[in-house]
Amino acid sequence: MRNRLVIVLTAAVGLLTSVPLIAHHTGTTLYTDKTVTVKGIVKSWLWSNPHCLLRVDVTGEDGQVVEWIAETQAPNTIYLEGYRAKSFKAGDEVTLTLRQAANGRPYGQLAQAVLADGTKLGSLEGARGRGAAAP
Amino acid sequence: MEIESSVSSSKGVPRMRYRFWVPSVALLGAVLALLAHPSAQTRSTPRWPDPVPNRPPIAEKDKKPAPRRSLVGMWGARAGNRQATNQSSGVQLKPNNGRPENQLPYTPYGLELYKSHKPLEGADAVPPAATNDPRVRCEPLGMPRHNHYDLGIQIFQDEYKIAMLYQYDNRWRIIWTDGRPLPTLADGGVEMDGQYREARWFGYSVGRWVDDYTLEVHTVGTMAEGRVWLDNTGRPVSDQLHVIETFRRLDYDSLEWSETLDDPKVYTRPWQTMKMPMTLQDPRIDLMTRYCSPSEIENYNREYGNAVSGK
Repeated sequence: MRNRLVIVLTAAVGLLTSVPLIAHHTGTTLYTDKTVTVKGIVKSWLWSNPHCLLRVDVTGEDGQVVEWIAETQAPNTIYLEGYRAKSFKAGDEVTLTLRQAANGRPYGQLAQAVLADGTKLGSLEGARGRGAAAP
Repeated sequence: MEIESSVSSSKGVPRMRYRFWVPSVALLGAVLALLAHPSAQTRSTPRWPDPVPNRPPIAEKDKKPAPRRSLVGMWGARAGNRQATNQSSGVQLKPNNGRPENQLPYTPYGLELYKSHKPLEGADAVPPAATNDPRVRCEPLGMPRHNHYDLGIQIFQDEYKIAMLYQYDNRWRIIWTDGRPLPTLADGGVEMDGQYREARWFGYSVGRWVDDYTLEVHTVGTMAEGRVWLDNTGRPVSDQLHVIETFRRLDYDSLEWSETLDDPKVYTRPWQTMKMPMTLQDPRIDLMTRYCSPSEIENYNREYGNAVSGK
């Protein structure tokens, strides 16, 4: 139960958890400019070019489990933000702050990940770049 | 051997002493010799530094004079500045953000080319599934786009040339500094010494020391439009491109890398793309891999890119 998902809240405009991030892609509609915070259990962590992918199971208040996928920039870009090849393992509890996909699906560009022990990776200003399929 | 034989004729105790003292004195001498060597006093056990350029700018009080006529070293763009490192929103001095001051002097053909490009970044960005960026097919970025992406440059040089090793996709180029002339543009390629040569991804580069700390580099003979872009935002370059770069060694740890384009086929006048401050890095950095792998891109699009692009 402890491992269950919890919450999240989302970021509708105006909520306290909603923080505008740097959006330097003025023409893009790939992501919203507002952040969403989700808490869940890690399924997998892919440390790879062109972008790393973190899969997390998130249980909503209705008990439904939804898989979210968060992407980061390439390993050599996020290394200085604290991320490593073994930053996450399946079963880890993690809280993610991300810019959600504009199409409303459970995908997003990761700004910050907070591990169960409080370790923070990335930053709330860290959703830089669109995270597109750019090698 | 002589000592051993003389000792062997002695009584037991003296022989033991010799056996102890001779190697001990030799060992002590070796240790003292090692300690006296300068490298032993300054070097600790070699280690693996962080595999990315991350050295902050050098404080004024720590600055040292630049070496004469040398660009040698591992150079990184300003630490923590992704826009400087990747120029992901367009070239450094003209980000593609729709502002009037960043509009480029396109020729009609240049504008037509730009509109035919579907970039992942900039004012006219499209979702991953819709892009036609040659980079996503792992085509070489070519010259000068390699100067505008994922900067981390290892430079070596000898009396004839300078070699620049680019972090992204482990590419490299040569700048000839032995006085040879710049080839002339001809029929989609170049002409040199009366011979025709084909266009190349990095073109043909020659450099000349303007003074002891400034190298000016000219490049022609790069790939035609349709094969290369200028930057991530889809701006074009053509086979008529002439790139002028200036490398100014400001001090031991600082390099200013400027670039100007003269491409009358797509731009009505020359314009400057970057004036990038570079910082000398730890020479022991073993950079992270950043190859462009088609299978990794395919996997990314299957797992993420296509879904996030969809309605």
